[in-house]
Amino acid sequence: MSDTLKIGGMELESRLFVGTGKFADYRLIPDVIKASKTQVVTVALRRIDFDTPVENILNYVPQNIVIMPNTSGARNAAEAVRIARIAREAGCGNWVKIEIVTDQKYLLPDNFETIKAIEILAKDGFVVLPYMSPDLMAARRMADAGAAAIMPLGAPIGSNRGLKTRELVQILVAEIDLPIIVDAGIGRPSEAAEAMEMGVAAVLVTTAISTADNPALMAEAFGQAVEAGRKAYLAGPGATQQFASASSPLTGFLRSE
Amino acid sequence: MTTFYDKLTELRGIDFAAVFDRRTPAQIERALAKSELQEQDFLALLSPRATDFIEDIAQAAHRATVQNFGRTILLYTPMYLANYCVNHCVYCAFNADNNIERRKLSLVEVESEAQAIAGTGLKHILILTGESRTQSPVSYIKECVSVLKRHFSSISIEIYPLHTEEYAELIAAGVDGLTIYQEVYDEKIYSRLHPGGPKHDYRFRLEAPERAGLAGIRTINIGALLGLGDWRREVFFTGVHALYLQKRFPDVEISVSCPRMRPYLGGYKPEFPASDRDLVQSILALRLFLPRLGITISTRENSKLRDNLLKLGITRMSAGSSTVVGGHTDYKGNNIGQFEIADHRSVAEVQEAVSRQGYKAIFKDWHDLSRLQGVKA
Repeated sequence: MSDTLKIGGMELESRLFVGTGKFADYRLIPDVIKASKTQVVTVALRRIDFDTPVENILNYVPQNIVIMPNTSGARNAAEAVRIARIAREAGCGNWVKIEIVTDQKYLLPDNFETIKAIEILAKDGFVVLPYMSPDLMAARRMADAGAAAIMPLGAPIGSNRGLKTRELVQILVAEIDLPIIVDAGIGRPSEAAEAMEMGVAAVLVTTAISTADNPALMAEAFGQAVEAGRKAYLAGPGATQQFASASSPLTGFLRSE
Repeated sequence: MTTFYDKLTELRGIDFAAVFDRRTPAQIERALAKSELQEQDFLALLSPRATDFIEDIAQAAHRATVQNFGRTILLYTPMYLANYCVNHCVYCAFNADNNIERRKLSLVEVESEAQAIAGTGLKHILILTGESRTQSPVSYIKECVSVLKRHFSSISIEIYPLHTEEYAELIAAGVDGLTIYQEVYDEKIYSRLHPGGPKHDYRFRLEAPERAGLAGIRTINIGALLGLGDWRREVFFTGVHALYLQKRFPDVEISVSCPRMRPYLGGYKPEFPASDRDLVQSILALRLFLPRLGITISTRENSKLRDNLLKLGITRMSAGSSTVVGGHTDYKGNNIGQFEIADHRSVAEVQEAVSRQGYKAIFKDWHDLSRLQGVKA
């Protein structure tokens, strides 16, 4: 059975996206990509050093991988739009992860500015994936504005706290007809599997992989967890019950009628 | 509108001697177990009692730093544009009373310095001047910025405090970061150490970061010069100042430096010297109080100490520094630097040392939005 994730004209086998901002050495990146089997990596334009080949993170990403530049550092829609256009001009393709953060303490995204940026960039031919605080109304506006997927946070960036926003993300999965990708907060493979089991289309992991003692091994574990979670979702897990099934049903007497 | 000066006035009511003396082991353990520290916890981590827990505190600070910033260290270097100064800071070589050769870089010299620095791969630069509105007016700094923009992706200023509209002017010209140290938060000591010149105005300096924030600056770096006042109090005020700025300007990246007094021409002896251990305790306490805070360590500290500090909460380091006007090109100049540098390694050597510690030296962490792709247009 074919089960690919379709975004922006691409069909992806892997449902794990990987972030690159916290690696201790760029030379780890090819191994992480290979071990995780990811096909999409996100890179902050602010970090791309175009002048020095050995410092240019893009040179560590294999050719067949989709680069999703992100707008880290943008404080409003205008800056995000500018960053996206610079990245595209620089040859990073037409995908963009919009990340507009006006709160440096929690790094929580600004949904209002994000919606404005999506409107402009989607019309301009970008495949727009917005990082957002899980809110149904905001997600609907983002979908209407032309987003290609919705990327709610599971917990604050870098917190490794897991799927704290589970209930709200579940609502997005049920109501929004776009891929829902959990971005930020996933700290362990088991949490990635949990998110996939509830029907999200993919997860994006940065800190948990790049700060592990063995990033490639952790990347492999995440790849497998995402795959397992996806299969479990497709297989249709049995309903969980709070109590055991009673052997003497309360309505058993009705059968004799 | 209240400012940090009002907050500071409230804090002066604290009986610091008593607070620092009476911290109990339980209070330190509680601070270590918390995910969000209060001012009381910060004081506990700065207290003499906390030195008994220094390793536990270091482990927690290391974890918080890796989680928030990964294993990365941003490198930058200072470029001194001019050393003309009308102030009389008793601890500074650029003091107007000192009979040193005064110099200001021409735009051609700024270009050569920029080329020399850019050749090392650095993309973040910090430009400095003494305080002289006649020799180094805002218009001169703007001209320098227009030259530097061709070579660097981020330009920060460490100059005399400006008015809001002047900060806005420099931001429009391409400046994205402000560094300004209060030097010493203790107002009485401040007044004594800055006896003349515009810098005597404590409040105008203290509120400068807020004016830059209002003008739309992207990053603000503050600090106290350790040695001028009681370091525990000074670091406490620095942390509370950073928190104040973070709350008032939530979209600005706030960072602090912990510069220690270095020898310089004039021979001022710090009244409150801070030891290596004190410096470490300061950095650790700041990290745990403000987990998202940038922490800078300059070449005032020697290479061995800097390498060891790297894992304790530092996020930015200067490299290949010179505190002399024109010091990146004019190697045999007999000019006097603002202070003595203790880490003389080149940018490549610092990069290598960072890598040996298992960290990635980052050269670029901002992109000038007014230009496409690389900075060498």
